[in-house]
Amino acid sequence: MSATPPALINDFVVKIATVNGTGSASANALLMKSIFRAGIPVMGKNYFPSNIQGLPTWYEIRVSKAGYVARSGRVDVMVAMNVETYGRDVMEVSPGGYLIYDSTWPRSPLLKREDITFIGLPLARLCNENFDGVRTRILMKNICYAGALVALLNLDLEKIRSLLAETYAKKPKLVDSNMKAIELGYNHAREHFSCPLPLRLEPMDKTAGHIMIDGNTAAALGCVYAGATVGAWYPITPSTSLMDGFKSFCEKLRVDPETGAKNYMIVQAEDELAAIGIVLGAMWNGARAFTPTSGPGISLMNEFLGLAYYAEVPAVVFDVQRVGPSTGMPTRTQQSDIMAAAYASHGDTRHVVLFPAHPEECFYMAATAFDLAERLQTPVMVLSDLDIGMNDWMCPDLKWDDSYRPDRGKMLGVEELKKMDRFFRYLDVDEDGITYRTLPGVHPKGAYFTRGSGHTQYGGYTEDSTEYQIVLDRLKRKFNTAAQLVPPAIVESRGRHNIGIVAVGSSHGAVCEALDVLAARSIGANYMRIRAFPFGAEVKQFLEDHATIFVVEQNRDAQLRSLLTLETSVEKSKLRSILHYSGLSLSSEFIVEGVLAEIGEARRPVLVTSPSP
Amino acid sequence: MTYLLKPKVAHPSLRRNSLGFTRRDYEGTLSTLCAGCGHDSITAAITEACWSLEMEPQNLVKLSGIGCSSKTTAYFVSGGHGFNSVHGRMPSIATGANAANRNLSYIGVSGDGDTLSIGMGQFCHAIRRNINMLYIIENNGVYGLTKGQFSASADMGSTAKKGEANAQVPIDPVLTALSLGAGFVARSFSGDKAQLVPLIQAGLKHRGFALIDVLSPCVTFNDHEGSTKSYAFSREHYQEVVHTDFVPKMPEITTSYEAGEALSVQMHDGSQVRLRKLEKDYNPTDRSAAYADIQRRLKEREFLTGLLYVEPSPADFHDLNETPASALNAVPYEKLSPGSEGLQKILDRYR
Repeated sequence: MSATPPALINDFVVKIATVNGTGSASANALLMKSIFRAGIPVMGKNYFPSNIQGLPTWYEIRVSKAGYVARSGRVDVMVAMNVETYGRDVMEVSPGGYLIYDSTWPRSPLLKREDITFIGLPLARLCNENFDGVRTRILMKNICYAGALVALLNLDLEKIRSLLAETYAKKPKLVDSNMKAIELGYNHAREHFSCPLPLRLEPMDKTAGHIMIDGNTAAALGCVYAGATVGAWYPITPSTSLMDGFKSFCEKLRVDPETGAKNYMIVQAEDELAAIGIVLGAMWNGARAFTPTSGPGISLMNEFLGLAYYAEVPAVVFDVQRVGPSTGMPTRTQQSDIMAAAYASHGDTRHVVLFPAHPEECFYMAATAFDLAERLQTPVMVLSDLDIGMNDWMCPDLKWDDSYRPDRGKMLGVEELKKMDRFFRYLDVDEDGITYRTLPGVHPKGAYFTRGSGHTQYGGYTEDSTEYQIVLDRLKRKFNTAAQLVPPAIVESRGRHNIGIVAVGSSHGAVCEALDVLAARSIGANYMRIRAFPFGAEVKQFLEDHATIFVVEQNRDAQLRSLLTLETSVEKSKLRSILHYSGLSLSSEFIVEGVLAEIGEARRPVLVTSPSP
Repeated sequence: MTYLLKPKVAHPSLRRNSLGFTRRDYEGTLSTLCAGCGHDSITAAITEACWSLEMEPQNLVKLSGIGCSSKTTAYFVSGGHGFNSVHGRMPSIATGANAANRNLSYIGVSGDGDTLSIGMGQFCHAIRRNINMLYIIENNGVYGLTKGQFSASADMGSTAKKGEANAQVPIDPVLTALSLGAGFVARSFSGDKAQLVPLIQAGLKHRGFALIDVLSPCVTFNDHEGSTKSYAFSREHYQEVVHTDFVPKMPEITTSYEAGEALSVQMHDGSQVRLRKLEKDYNPTDRSAAYADIQRRLKEREFLTGLLYVEPSPADFHDLNETPASALNAVPYEKLSPGSEGLQKILDRYR
């Protein structure tokens, strides 16, 4: 734990411990949105179980006037609504923090701490006295704590009312009951405690021009803008909301106003093997198609990904990573599919992988993924994760360039084919490793045979070593071309430092904050955020330019580090790993501690969840 | 080697269809299958059907999985795109391809291993979605490329080349397709081209999923005495119950059929399938009755053949998904993107 006391205004963390399926999601969303609308930068992380009802769940809200988007590692206010986890929730509060609990029932004095303030609210009693029905009472108890927080943290009650009216525009009765519960908590807190707390919110103006959106929704919107017409999928946490989002956008935006016809098709496949097959079939036939999945789905898709690599069929796969191996922890986050994506399938295969860092990039990279897939005629995997995909992130407004047109790559149309003597599908005419393709139905001259068996550059079957190698070597050249086309790594040079930090994807937010914290401790480091595989020249340059490089990633086996050592000539010993694989979102504190531990100024991090002596 | 093209020397006397193509124009590369393989006869029947249907070659999309049967998509209509995918997964490729462009003809060629073992799931779901395609199973009861293992369609008691008898219950694709609601279910025999060609024509014109299970003996591994998928056994035990004639769409119907046992089924493009019952009690329009008859006769080791069940024009994959009449891959981008103006409205929901 950091010993620094929490800054009091607009810089603290509220963590809410509840039971899954008790309506706490609405209460937490209400709080998040009202903070966002008060102009204060805010982050929300949902730690939920793979369960429909009954298991413990946490929601972490961080307000950060500086605009940091990752977890800090602190908990300044804990709302401990779940008796089952009460003990560990009490222990997790940072010294000087607050614990809010339901005082309807007495709590064990053994769980008392002297260094935090306890605030007991009789939430169950208030709701039992004011609402009928068991289910309603359970739901309203959670809205009730939100009401107390409105008072304790200094939110505007009227703004809550209008937000509720907006949320439940179609169910006005719910506005009244929810508002009643809010007021119960609000009034009780004001009557019994000094409100607001010293740690509180003050309106700012730092969220204008921003939205709160999750990465799956943003990626789905990106697919709409990329012109995707076919989506095939098999439901899997945490990717499901991506296709839900696509469907919802398409129902609003893609139905022809005159004919009622749907300019899209969503196929819920029988499994992930079929889902990727449908994507390949559709893209082979000229429609932009994608599939959202997670690690177990990637495992199943391996065979088809190899075919797509070798037969050069475009495909777009969103892998919203979760905790592995095997079924792992489906509702927890990790970056543990890096190797599985980069080298998916048997034989010599390598794939283009994109690493969005936040929902904003999920949106833009969706279009990039389709353009690259068609330009390079190969699968492109977008490696998001549960943290990005399912949590609401504050992002700058998404923008769209109306001059954008899909890059279909080297595709021959009927006029071009008519002029040609003969067309050969796999002949490298331009010497960039990328050959020309045609679509079925265009012209008989364009017909070719797609196969995953050995083939010549003319498209014929072969078992001849030389003919086989000509194609395989050309695929390698194509991958070299890909390194020049993918989004380059972003290098943040903060000065002439020997230390470099390398990260991908959702680690970005935590790294940004960690760099500031380290700088404040006079430890300077430069930062490279890798956005794609294959690696471009800038990646190799950064690795060369720094003597000590910390590779920050969210898996046990240092997969990004492995990929860097395999695909560049970097000296392995230069690369130090900071590995976070608990399944929770990465915190800036974890990185700071990791760096300090390595360069010798460290105190060992204290595990916040371990019982105090 | 299959990349060798057959010499296209067309004798001037060869008949041409209305597009000016001879049968040779619907051929593919040279077959590399064993001499006498039933599959080659099916390839010839497909070639004949496409020629007589006067199809533009580029409008035929040929799909397959892995196995001897799946190789054959290279052996017909070289003017159409082919996709030889992975083992048992052809139906998903067909589904995606069909989703992208509904206005082409899709023919999938598979085998009993490719369909009934590794590909059973995808086969069933393609039927369930009613993908508009003709799905041909070249069924020989044996894995040829791996040298003679039983497949899931091997009959109980049927023996392998070295004498081992199959003890497991076979999966019958016709009964499977019937139980899953397929609207066009046929069985034929590679040795009966007269029966097979009109079935392929009708299957290509049927809107929705059309299955033809074709008994297609493997001359190398399953044509011995004791095999129930040999030429000799098939000839002896197959029983045509419904004879099918295909009548292409005519500007004007000039022929009239005599009433009686003939039944005419209209295809969605106006062509007709004319069924002639060869067994009085067999009813190809009653799914349950057809199922019961086929099953009963299978137990007696009789393979009923012909168009065993037909249900005209059920809603196909695209009807169910309410897609436009034109191909999804041809919808202009302007219709797909809400533009920057649309984006502003969308973002307001996230503030």
